[in-house]
Amino acid sequence: MLKVQGHPNRLGVRGWAVGGRWGLERYLYTLHRLTGVGLILYLLLHILVTSSRAFGQAAWEAAMGRVSGPVFHAGEYLVFAAFAFHAMNGIRLVLVELGFGVGKPIEPVYPYKTSVDFQRSLAVGSLVLAGVLLVLGTLDFFVLD
Amino acid sequence: MRDQKLWTWHVLAGLVILVFLGLHMTVMHLDKIFEAETLNPSDGKPIDWANVVARGKTLFFPATYVVLLAAALFHGLYGLRGILLELGPAAGIQRAISVLFVLVGAGLFVFGTWAAIMSHGLAKAL
Repeated sequence: MLKVQGHPNRLGVRGWAVGGRWGLERYLYTLHRLTGVGLILYLLLHILVTSSRAFGQAAWEAAMGRVSGPVFHAGEYLVFAAFAFHAMNGIRLVLVELGFGVGKPIEPVYPYKTSVDFQRSLAVGSLVLAGVLLVLGTLDFFVLD
Repeated sequence: MRDQKLWTWHVLAGLVILVFLGLHMTVMHLDKIFEAETLNPSDGKPIDWANVVARGKTLFFPATYVVLLAAALFHGLYGLRGILLELGPAAGIQRAISVLFVLVGAGLFVFGTWAAIMSHGLAKAL
């Protein structure tokens, strides 16, 4: 009789870092998750802090005073960077999900071709777009401030 | 089937977030690059009270906040739930995570929507 041993092929969070053969898309997968977790945790706090505007000017300015200063400014920049990456990589994921940019299905004839190579341009494109957004954000956060 | 529907909503919410969070980020963090004075009519920072009131007076901004709030809470909490369930917790814990996230999401949506409506009324009265 077969003995059930849970899910030995599941690596959990460790799989984000050591899940198998590493390629660009694997790094993007891990980074997408990390930025996603960071963004949702930020959102929960952001809702609570910005809702203070409903209580008037004094409450708003007190709340903004509590989240000002260089540490929070740097934190906001990290949130912007996470947004830039997560959004542009998210566009790539939606396109791949819908079958765009993955190439036509072909017979599995040796030497095998992988669609990952075909998709690579999407990955590079999303990184370039995220980089452009990040440069604009950096200018706004630190140069034009 | 249920998970397939939720996943579709997750993707659709991501597209909604792309548009509205893109607008939010432009107003709040790319305002000097794109010279978005019409969105921040008062001189100074986008978080200055005068700018908060100016945006709050319109119907557009509070409405986008509510749509963004719903989409971001669903997208984010569903994504985080997926990550946690992938770790393979027991069925009871999986259910508890799902229920907790629904309650947290619904609570924050109600609170955030209330704040958007209240601040709209407050801004119009000023």
